[in-house]
Amino acid sequence: MFQRRSRGQKYTFWLRDGFRDGESEERIKSYHRPHRRSSMQKSEYTCDHRPRVYKVFENVAQKYDIMNDAMSLGIHRVWKDALLHVMHPQPGAQLLDVAGGTGDIAFRFLEYIRLQEERQKRRAARSSQTPSWQDISNNYSTEDESRESRAVVCDINKEMLKVGKQKADSLGVSAGLSWVVGDAEELPFDDDQFDIYTIAFGIRNVTHIDQALQEALRVLKPGGRFMCLEFSKVNNPILSSIYDAYSFQMIPVIGEVIAGDWKSYQYLVESIRKFPNQEEFKGMIEDAGFYCVKYYNLTGGVVALHSGFKL
Amino acid sequence: MWLRIQRLNQQRFVLTAKDCSTFVSAVCVHQLHTSSTEPASSSYNGLYPGHIHTTPIQKALLAVGSGVAALRDPYRHDMVAVLGEATGHFALINLRDRMRNDPEGYTILTERPRIRLSTIDVAKMASLPEGSFGREYVRFLEDNHVTPDSRADVKFVDDEELAYVMLRYREVHDLMHTLLGMPTNMLGEVAVKWFEAAQTGLPMCAFGAALGPLRLNARRLQTLVTSLGPWALRNGLRARFVLNIFYERRWEQSLEDLRQELNIEPPPVILSAAKKMST
Repeated sequence: MFQRRSRGQKYTFWLRDGFRDGESEERIKSYHRPHRRSSMQKSEYTCDHRPRVYKVFENVAQKYDIMNDAMSLGIHRVWKDALLHVMHPQPGAQLLDVAGGTGDIAFRFLEYIRLQEERQKRRAARSSQTPSWQDISNNYSTEDESRESRAVVCDINKEMLKVGKQKADSLGVSAGLSWVVGDAEELPFDDDQFDIYTIAFGIRNVTHIDQALQEALRVLKPGGRFMCLEFSKVNNPILSSIYDAYSFQMIPVIGEVIAGDWKSYQYLVESIRKFPNQEEFKGMIEDAGFYCVKYYNLTGGVVALHSGFKL
Repeated sequence: MWLRIQRLNQQRFVLTAKDCSTFVSAVCVHQLHTSSTEPASSSYNGLYPGHIHTTPIQKALLAVGSGVAALRDPYRHDMVAVLGEATGHFALINLRDRMRNDPEGYTILTERPRIRLSTIDVAKMASLPEGSFGREYVRFLEDNHVTPDSRADVKFVDDEELAYVMLRYREVHDLMHTLLGMPTNMLGEVAVKWFEAAQTGLPMCAFGAALGPLRLNARRLQTLVTSLGPWALRNGLRARFVLNIFYERRWEQSLEDLRQELNIEPPPVILSAAKKMST
């Protein structure tokens, strides 16, 4: 059974634009909640992968994006674009991207919203000659549009966030983007804050997935959407054997050659195999309290996109 | 020193031996086969610390990948090391046999000395007289801003003794620089590679010797082709086998004396030490 979290201690503080090294993390720590399981430390309860996972991503942070392109042969971009298309965010949406590291989803989200707004403006300009009843009613609700869409990128690893911030600076994107250090199992945010919660290729690194799902339920507004991209089970046996051979033979080699780190990439490949399959994960999401849970298989099941709503 | 592991029932005992001066008799090593899901932080699964099992396909991919990476960025020493390990199996067997057949080389194989800052007394070597091997080695380390601890570990060699031979070759590389009087800039490295290719026959050395000159400018290329290259090759072929020398016992020996013993001529061109950026 899953225990409900006590709501006695609320987070009234969360970062807005950017984070200053050290200072913000200290502030988050001061609001840290006491452990739910008071009799046992988390690391005694199950094997706590957090220090190992932290080290892996600290080592790979600088070369993360290059490695993604090399390992997936660029297909990871297609997967992330698919996530955005299914998400179909509207202007004014608030996104929380957990384990967002180098910011790929957040950048795509802001770009998508920007294109949506342009499309809407063009449509409005086209029909401004003879305003339809639709336009008149839209004019009445322009006060709502002043709410800017924003994306918060949350990651447990400061190195990954640093790389993401550098990318944002080089792309010239800064408006509506925040970078927060936080643990997916204990998010430093208030309840009912976000319209969309995404976690792309991050949930397999979380030690207690059920806790992360509960946190997702907590921080989403009613009507909010949970979306998860993750490596999953390939059912086709031919594709599966090719995929296995590629994962175990090629990926550590690519990791050694590009990043100089065989062991980290071997760990990543093994963590993919340990993750539950599509149906099991769907069951876990439903157990956490989400409704209308469904999944889409991408690239024959190599990646699955799970989606659920908080009602 | 090398860790030896024995497996009893479900438990694993790790026996460590003190470095350097202990005389270790040949103990048979039990190969560990552990499942890949075990955490590798406190213990290791492999024939020696840092060993990673690789299939022949993976070795081939590593050879190609590391070769390309080393060509694109010659300062990636880890890629040069991986290339050597992935391609050097037969050459390492040959080197190991040559060491076994020589009395001093055999002593090295049994005693397994290491050249690291923790095993060599740099202060004592710096106080040796000018012209001695130890003093010149310390001067080389200081002028070129290198340290013996920056050598990559051996990972992909699938035999414990051959892994030591590879490691010894890597650690002796700096001593080669001292013996040949070559600095660690590109020209000096290529000259040492020519010497080592002739001495050891490792494919990685041949690769570096053949493709390294491509990165030299015209003036240096001319120096290499006219004087340094032929000198390095000639000496490589006629010198005594460099891995058979127990260098740790020869710090006090004069450098000229050692060169004569090994049948190495002094360099025809004096090259100045590299102006390296601090890393």
